[in-house]
Amino acid sequence: MNYLQTHTARVLALLAAHLELVALALVVALAIALPLGIVATRAKRQAPLLLGTLGAIYTIPSLALLALLVQAVGLGPLPIFIALVAYAQFMLVRNVVAGIESVDPAVRDAALGLGMSTRQSLLRVELPLAAPVILGGVRIAAVAMVALATLGGYVGASGLGTLIFTGLAIHHNDEILAGSIAVSALAIAIDLALRGCEKLLHSYG
Amino acid sequence: MWPSILQHAWRHAELSLDALACAAVLGCALGVAAWAWSSVRGLVLGAAALGRTIPSIALLTLLLPVLGIGIAPAIVALTLLALPPVLVNVDVALREVSPAVLDAATGLGMTPLQRFARVSVPLALPVALSGVRTASVEVIGSATLATFIGAGGLGDDIVRALQTSDIPLLIAATVTVAAMAFVAEFLLGRLAARVEVH
Repeated sequence: MNYLQTHTARVLALLAAHLELVALALVVALAIALPLGIVATRAKRQAPLLLGTLGAIYTIPSLALLALLVQAVGLGPLPIFIALVAYAQFMLVRNVVAGIESVDPAVRDAALGLGMSTRQSLLRVELPLAAPVILGGVRIAAVAMVALATLGGYVGASGLGTLIFTGLAIHHNDEILAGSIAVSALAIAIDLALRGCEKLLHSYG
Repeated sequence: MWPSILQHAWRHAELSLDALACAAVLGCALGVAAWAWSSVRGLVLGAAALGRTIPSIALLTLLLPVLGIGIAPAIVALTLLALPPVLVNVDVALREVSPAVLDAATGLGMTPLQRFARVSVPLALPVALSGVRTASVEVIGSATLATFIGAGGLGDDIVRALQTSDIPLLIAATVTVAAMAFVAEFLLGRLAARVEVH
């Protein structure tokens, strides 16, 4: 715990960098996963192929995926950013599909019967009703992304992994411990915060 | 390249199997405890939820100041990683045994212990095994990170490939990890199907 007290500013700066990387990757991942998920519910025949491909990416060990991306785009924040976005797709798309499919077909029919276009029905009826399930996917993805982003420290991206991997390289246990504790606390905090959001969303729905 | 991969695959399997075996035994004990005593339940399930949230690389390095580096600390960390899915499944499986079946067993004159051993356990076993199966995929994937605490395994090859830009080695090591996870999942799935009570 010594390191956390003596190097508070450094730990906080790396925590902020870690959070920034995950948040940015999550926004980009969602911007890809939402349309992909919507397409998957419309093109039912292609959906298993899409989910299968995303599932296959998800099963590649994260260190191996990262190593492959380093070969492709070099060291720095870029390979970990791409890995985060690619890795999250499976969890996000799966929940977007499950969320939209959980909407009662009668509700959708009613929306169309009221004169809404399919687009209006999707945006104003189906997606709002699917929101709690989608948010569940966001929570699972965010926690997994906090873990994966830690490996960024090994390939030159700034974040809490920097503490762990620098500590490992110079045999500095306090630094390793500080990084491990901080990244665990961050994952737990994000999990709790998003669980709270889900509860809130459920109580409105 | 292949002798190195085979050697590291052997260590990888050793780490994963040891951790899964420990997690299966401990997970069953904790799962039964959670099911049997409501006071233990909240604590055990809460700890499992917390354990699931902690990143696996942090799990490996959190214990480093206490346990040092090498194979044993890696097995401890991977066991902790595998515990939550096992114990949660054991608890759920035991809870889902139908009360009617348990009443029937009592009616046949079984003591509570006999009822547990001869009715609840066989019915819960497939679900418990599916927890081990979920854990096996996570453990085999995360065992690649054991290289960072000096425990060897296929992570050694991946790290070396990364440092030397050896793409064939990287792909061979990755495919080997994926194949191991696939085989473990397949075998445990078969085993779960075999112990299913019809």
